[in-house]
Formats: sequence, C-alpha cells, structure tokens
Amino acid sequence: MTILTQDQTKRICDRVLSLSKADECIVTIGGKRNGNIRFARNAVSTAGLIDDTAITVRVAFGKRQGTATINEFDDKSLEKVVRRAEDLARLAPENPEFMPAVARSPFKTSNTFVQKTADIDPEIRAQAAAYSIEACRKKGLVAAGFLTDSTSFETIANSNGVFGHQALTSLDFTCTIRTEDGRGSGWVKRSARDLARFDPREAADVAIEKALRSVDAKALEPGRYTVILEPAATSDLLNYMMNGFDARRADEGRSFLSKAGGKNRLGDKLFDQQVNIWADPWNPDVPVLPWDDTMLPRERQDLIKDGRIAALDYSLFWAKQKGVRPVGSPGNIIMGGTNKSTAELIANTKKGVLVTRTWYIRMVDPQSVLLTGLTRDGTFYIENGKIKHPIKNFRFNESPVTMLNNIEEIGTPVVLGGDEGPNPMVIPAMKVRDFNFTSLSDAV
Amino acid sequence: MERRTFLNISTLVFGSMLIPVAGRAIAAEELLSPMAVAAKKALADTALNAATKAGASYCDVRIGRYLNQFVTTRDLNVENVVNTESAGVGVRVICNGAYGFAATSDMTPDGIANAARQAVAIAKANARLQTEPVQLAPVKGVGEVSWATPYKKDWRTVPIKDKAELLIAANKAGMDNGANFMQSMLFQVNQQKYFASTDGSYIDQDLHRLWAPFNATAVDKASGKFRSRNGLGSPVGMGYEYLDARPEHKIKAAGGVATLYTQSYDMIEDARAAGRDAKRKLTAKSVTPGKYDLMLSPEHLFLTIHESVGHPTELDRVLGYEANYAGTSFATLDKWQSKNFKYGSPLVNIVADKTTPGSLGAVGYDDEGVRCKEWNIIKDGILVNYQATRDQAHIIGEKESHGCSYADSWSNVQFQRMPNVSLKAGTKKMSPDEMVKGIKKGIYIVGDGSFSIDQQRYNFQFGGQLFYEIKDGKIGQMLEDVAYQANTQEFWSACAGICDEKDWRMGGSFFDGKGQPPQISIVSHGSSTARFNGINVINTARKIG
Repeated sequence: MTILTQDQTKRICDRVLSLSKADECIVTIGGKRNGNIRFARNAVSTAGLIDDTAITVRVAFGKRQGTATINEFDDKSLEKVVRRAEDLARLAPENPEFMPAVARSPFKTSNTFVQKTADIDPEIRAQAAAYSIEACRKKGLVAAGFLTDSTSFETIANSNGVFGHQALTSLDFTCTIRTEDGRGSGWVKRSARDLARFDPREAADVAIEKALRSVDAKALEPGRYTVILEPAATSDLLNYMMNGFDARRADEGRSFLSKAGGKNRLGDKLFDQQVNIWADPWNPDVPVLPWDDTMLPRERQDLIKDGRIAALDYSLFWAKQKGVRPVGSPGNIIMGGTNKSTAELIANTKKGVLVTRTWYIRMVDPQSVLLTGLTRDGTFYIENGKIKHPIKNFRFNESPVTMLNNIEEIGTPVVLGGDEGPNPMVIPAMKVRDFNFTSLSDAV
Repeated sequence: MERRTFLNISTLVFGSMLIPVAGRAIAAEELLSPMAVAAKKALADTALNAATKAGASYCDVRIGRYLNQFVTTRDLNVENVVNTESAGVGVRVICNGAYGFAATSDMTPDGIANAARQAVAIAKANARLQTEPVQLAPVKGVGEVSWATPYKKDWRTVPIKDKAELLIAANKAGMDNGANFMQSMLFQVNQQKYFASTDGSYIDQDLHRLWAPFNATAVDKASGKFRSRNGLGSPVGMGYEYLDARPEHKIKAAGGVATLYTQSYDMIEDARAAGRDAKRKLTAKSVTPGKYDLMLSPEHLFLTIHESVGHPTELDRVLGYEANYAGTSFATLDKWQSKNFKYGSPLVNIVADKTTPGSLGAVGYDDEGVRCKEWNIIKDGILVNYQATRDQAHIIGEKESHGCSYADSWSNVQFQRMPNVSLKAGTKKMSPDEMVKGIKKGIYIVGDGSFSIDQQRYNFQFGGQLFYEIKDGKIGQMLEDVAYQANTQEFWSACAGICDEKDWRMGGSFFDGKGQPPQISIVSHGSSTARFNGINVINTARKIG
C-alpha cells in the first residue's frame, strides 16, 4: 500500500464531498501497512506483512444515516461509494439521538510519524527476534516473542469544512523467556514510535534476568500485601477504570462514577492526593491523533487531578443533553510520577511483593470496578529493601479505585501500551498497601 | 479485530465505534453477489505459481470475502446498521524450511503475485533463525469441492426493518419488566472462503453464523446500586431461523427459575425475564462465602469448558508457541504420554469436533484444507489427545492433522485454533430437577459472567448471570455477588454428576482471542447440566468512595 499524502487525500475527499447530495457527508480515509515477526521455542514461528486501505463515506438525510466503504479511488468508484451510502441512509431508521457532523475547527498536528520506523523491513524484524533467540540458545533458555510495526495514515473530512490528515508509526515488542525446565519465566514489553528508541538487546536482557530470577518460586499465603506494581502490572487495571469515565453511564447510574441519588462523582476526591492522570495528544512520548472518532479536536485534559475526578467523557449527544462543551475523547493516558526508580521503591520496602505484570484481567463488578486477574512472569518477595526470592503467582480481586487510594509511593513514568486497552500510556511503578491476593496459582 | 475490541463487545459495552470486524461497508444488495469460483481459482493459481517460481516448496492461498451485518440498539432506538465487507488474499508459503506470509486487498493478478513473492522473501529472511524445518502432515488434494453451512433462512435476505423491530421489541420487553436500560445487538456473519494449495485442493466454503446478545440493566437511583443480566441465547452456526422461536426448543431450568433455549431462541421472552431478573438482583441476598456443591447449566459451563479444557489442550500452547501471549499449558506432553493423567473424574468425557450441526466451529475443511472430524480429548477422566494442525501432528504421533487450523480473516495467517470442545452427556437418566434433589448445600448457576484463568490454565475464577441457592435438595432464593475459584484438575475431579442427553445443548464464544497479531475465533461447547462438589465460592461485593 502507498501511504497517501495529504494532497492526494484532500483531492479524494473534495471529490467525494462534491458528489454527495445528502444533507451532510463525512469522509474517512485510512491505510496501514503492518509488518510482524513472531517467534517461539527459539525459532521464528510466523512472520508477515499486511496492507489494506479504504475510504469510508457516511451521509445523512435528516436523522437517517448510511455508511459505505470502498478500497478503490478512481472517480467511478468514489461515485459508487457515495451513492451506496445514500441508498443505505434512505433505508435506515431515524435515530432520535442523531448528531450532525462537527463544525470546522483547526487541528494542531501531533508528531506521530517517524520515517525510520516506516522503513522497517523483514531483515530488521528478523534481527530484532534474533537477539532474543540467540541469547537464549547460548544460555539454555527458551524465547518467545512478537514484534509488530505499523505505518499508517488517517484522513478525515466533512461537509462543514473539517479536514485533517496525519501519518503514524508505531512498534510494539514483547518477549517471554522461560527456562527449559519451565520453572522460571520472565517478560518484557517495549513500545515506541521511533525505531531508534527501541533496543532489542536491552529488552531481551530484562526478560532473561526475570526468567533466571524467578526459578524455584516459593508459595506465599494469599492475603493483603504491600505491593510494588511495575507499570505493566497496572496498565490494564487503569484501562478498565478509565473506561468507566463515560459521562452518560455515570449520569444514568451505571458506572462506578455514579452516586446515590442520581448524580455523578465529577469533582469528588476518590483517590490518593498523589494521583494525577491526564490525556494529551501532543505528549512527545505517546502522541496520538489530534482528533477523536467523531472528528472532535482533542485537548490536553486533566482526568484525575490531585485525586479528584476532573473530567468525564461526553459523547456529542450527551454533551448537548447536559449543556457541556464537547471535547474529543482522550487517545492516551498519562499518569504523573516522580523520579524514583523501581529499585528505590524496593529499597524503601520492609516487606512486600514485586509484580512484573498482571494477566487475564476481567471485570467482576462494574459497580466497584472490582477486577480479577493474576500476576505473571516474575513475582518476587521483598524483605528489608531487597528482593529475597521468587514467589508463586497470585490471583487478585481488587479495584483500581482502592489501589489508587492505597498508594504509598510512585516511581518514574514509562511508555507502555496496555495489553488489552485501546490507549498508549505513560505510567509509573507504584507502591500500594493492602493489595488483595485471594488465591495461589501454580502457573509459571 | 483486536482483542481489546473483543473485550468491549464481550462485556456488552455497545457503541457504534465498537463494530468488531473491520471491513468495507457495503449496500445490502451486494451481500448476495459472491465472486465466481472460476475467478477465484484463476487468482489462486496465480499466487501458487508465483510462490513456486520464487522458490517456495509449499504454498496455500486463502481468498476471503467476509461479510458482516451489525444492528445495534439502545433502549427504543436503533443506533446503527452496518453492512461490512472485507475481501482480500492471504498467501502462506514454506521456503527453505520456514514459513512466510503476506496478505493484500489488491485482488489483481499482479497484486496477488506480489503478495506471494513477498511471502517467499519473508520466509527466506526467517529461515536463518529456524532450528528445524516446518514439517507438514500430508493432506491428499481433494480437487475442486465445496461446503456450506446448512441453514433454512439466509440472514442476508431478511429485511433490516424486521431485525430492528425484533431488537426494539426485546428492549421494550426488558424495560417493561424492570430494566431501566436495554442494549441489544445482532451480529450476522457470512464468510466466503476459498482455499487452494500446492497439494491440489481447491475448496470453496460458504459459512453462516449469528448471535443476538443483549444486556438488561436495572438501577436503584436512591442507593446508587445497579445490576445487569445478559441474554441466555447462544451464538450459533445457523441461519436466521435461530431467531424464529419454537416451543419445542424451550427448556425449563431446574426449579423453573429460567427458560433456556436449544435450537431456536425466543429473544423477546428472554428479555422480558432479564428485565425481571436484573431488578431482582438489586435486592438479592449476598452470598456467604465458603464451599458449595455447584450445579452449572450448559449456558454457564460452556465457558468453563472453553477456558479449562479447550485452551490447555491446544497443542501449540502445550509446546510453547503461545508462551508470549496466551501462555502455555499445565497439560504437558509427559502427562499425555503417561496415558494415566487424571484430568477429571471418570464421569468426564470430552470430545473435540468441527462437525456438529449448528455449532460455531462447524466447517467442511479447515484453513489448511484438512477435512474436519471428531476425536476424544478426555476419556473417562484421562487426557488422551490434544488439538493439532498439520505442522504439529507428527509431534503427537498422529499421521494426519485434526483439522484445527483457522485464520480470522484473509489478512491474518492461519494457525491452531480450538475446535468445538464439548462435555458428553451423562449416561444415566437424570434431569436438572432430579440433580437438585441430591444437593444439600449448593448454588445453581445459569449463564456466563466474568471469567479469568492463569497462563497455564490451573487457577480460574468464574462469575455468572443467575445464582440460586440450593438447600436440602430444593432450589431456594436468588443470590448475588457470587464467583467461584478453583484449580482445573481439582474442579473436573469434583465432577459428581452430569445430566442426560435430553439436557445437552451448546453455548459458545463469538470472540475467542489468541495469537499475535491477535485473532478472533468462534467456537461452541456443548454440555448437559453438571454438578461439582465442594467448590470454593467467594463474595465479590465491595464498597468504594
């Protein structure tokens, strides 16, 4: 696929908008080229390249909407896609909650593209995998991992004059290293927009060290412990919690941010004073598109400020219902921290548990955001400021709301993509008291 | 589709931006215009020839047209109706003993030949890291064949108006009976899959699937409490006839606490009950934690089977191919080789298949051109086999693949995915009502809820939709805040009773995630109501803020 330029997509959008006879027309053009390599058992298992591109046209006649997409860009195809969308709109039922296309407003470009990342080829991917594989072969360990890189673009336009175009690059690397006898397992994750900021050797070394240190784990009784949660251990917990920031759900009484009596918790202090979480599309570490899925411009937004709920996420419809100025939904999650290293957090801990990552997290009760999941790939007992020995994995049943209330210390934020969340993140390691481990797992 | 989207969908967080399959949206009339088989064969041959010429020792080509229609509703409004199409070609090759894969939506001869050459280039780049060459179990070319999901009513021909009216009627039924909010959705899938390989197979398949999930939520504004109940219908490999409810397909749950469904589904009736259930849950008794005998309905047990038997017996997990993501498995080869590894009690017989009519997994041939079949996984409680693809069969001494290869789109490489994995019905005559009589202190669980299991499939925790106390052989009051925790082997060893075949039915997962890049698969799991003794139940109620 060719990554189309702004001039090329502008011409296409203008053509589509001129062809539409509907009350309004919204155009999105998206293309991506994703390369990947997957390895396991110290060998490459699969590798591939996927490319795809498409134009989506959404039109409305009154409150009836229709959407159609095509992946050809000649005039005849563009006309076809517009007519298809119009035909669907005529057939569609009216949506009483229909919201018209957003008005024109300028987008401030965010720095989401790096050429070096876009230039990644199969050889570079194979080399990245080779570092882990060869190091493990030498040390009698077993490597499994995945490197995926993406080059993409998104163009948006509508009949109100909105237009935006940006290219994006990203790469994600995860690696799990296990001892041959299966008694030890370590893991690492690295996310970057710029290939130059990714060092596969450093990543492999981290996973190797965790694997070797985790052999012969001892069982610790389940219960409430002071824990040091590395960033990967909290990313998905935070993602689950941030999903509950939808204003409509809070107002309707269906969220942990709902209150007795039908109100929401906006402005309430729900977390420890140290907790500050915001979104910022122009953050240099995790830049995202300056518009959201509805083409609303994103802004830097405090979501939690000094432990208080600072903002909720309003859809266009709900913002109108409530008389609130709509803002683009956040595209990233950034949590403030300190300059303390994880090693310092460990050194300051008399007794506790170090958690590398958490896994298979699911909502148990949305009322309290009670989540269950497990520790994985490196769980250690801390005593008198030192890692004493590896311990068996735990299942936890805990709410991130409680977790963020029980913070004792915060470390240095690092860039991380959530395993199962939609947003790139910058989050710190955290030292949390009374974290609730409910049972033991024999899994390594 | 990404796993994260699957999570959103699976928890029924509906929204127009959560359409779970990428694709080109198209007009309804285009759903019914398949690509000519001759044209697909010509394109496939182009790829096979290009790959062979570039040095591939093996090549397979999958030409896919993936059609979906989604209807999403909220309360009495239709939020979205979308028809999507995703079409393209995936080419997998073996060159110098290594795999390579490339996919493209450019379905011209040049585009497909380029993809084939790219796949070979990728294979060559990977070959230097390969320790052992890929070894494929033989498959005899079947020539030009076809297979289609048997269905009575093609969802593509049912007017959108009828579908929207059904969902809105269900939402209204829920709201008239105690739910403050209703969300419902109709997922309809048609996969037109054409497979060709250098083995000499040209397989054309037309697959149909359907799912109509909903969520009913009741809110007590005064206390701020809210509770939900999801629909009890199953995702199916059938046509739209599943939604034409028939009386003979309705079953009463033990004690008459719910109506359950087999070959067809009364969505409106279920929504009516869900509204009542959601409201009752607001004041239901919070469970006392402790050990209980659990009686698990098939609508619940399917997910426990899926997580604690289906996944750990995937051979790629056992061997370590999924170590970096989904994890490995406790069901290691040495346990299978011992021929005496007790996975569960002697009552437990678990079979794998991709042939059961109406199931999500049912296909004629898998995505490696292997004819599908049935085989045992657990027999009389003992682990006897796994799930394998062509490149794994030799590892467990099999001469042929089990037919477990699947890719969720033309753009993703095929790999080992779970077939239908089902618990066989009990051989002694027993109904759920009869099962209750033998339980002194238990909980009856209907419907699937929260689910989580560790990366080797030992420790798990499951919730549910409906919980009823069982006391001295009788179904009692509704309970809330219930989840059970167990270890896989202990849990299946605690299986103390399975109802007979009259109670056997399938549940299933429309969005089973695995692999990197993450892929979504569909799979059914059948069982009858089953009893598990002395399982640890926890109370999940918490206060925040």
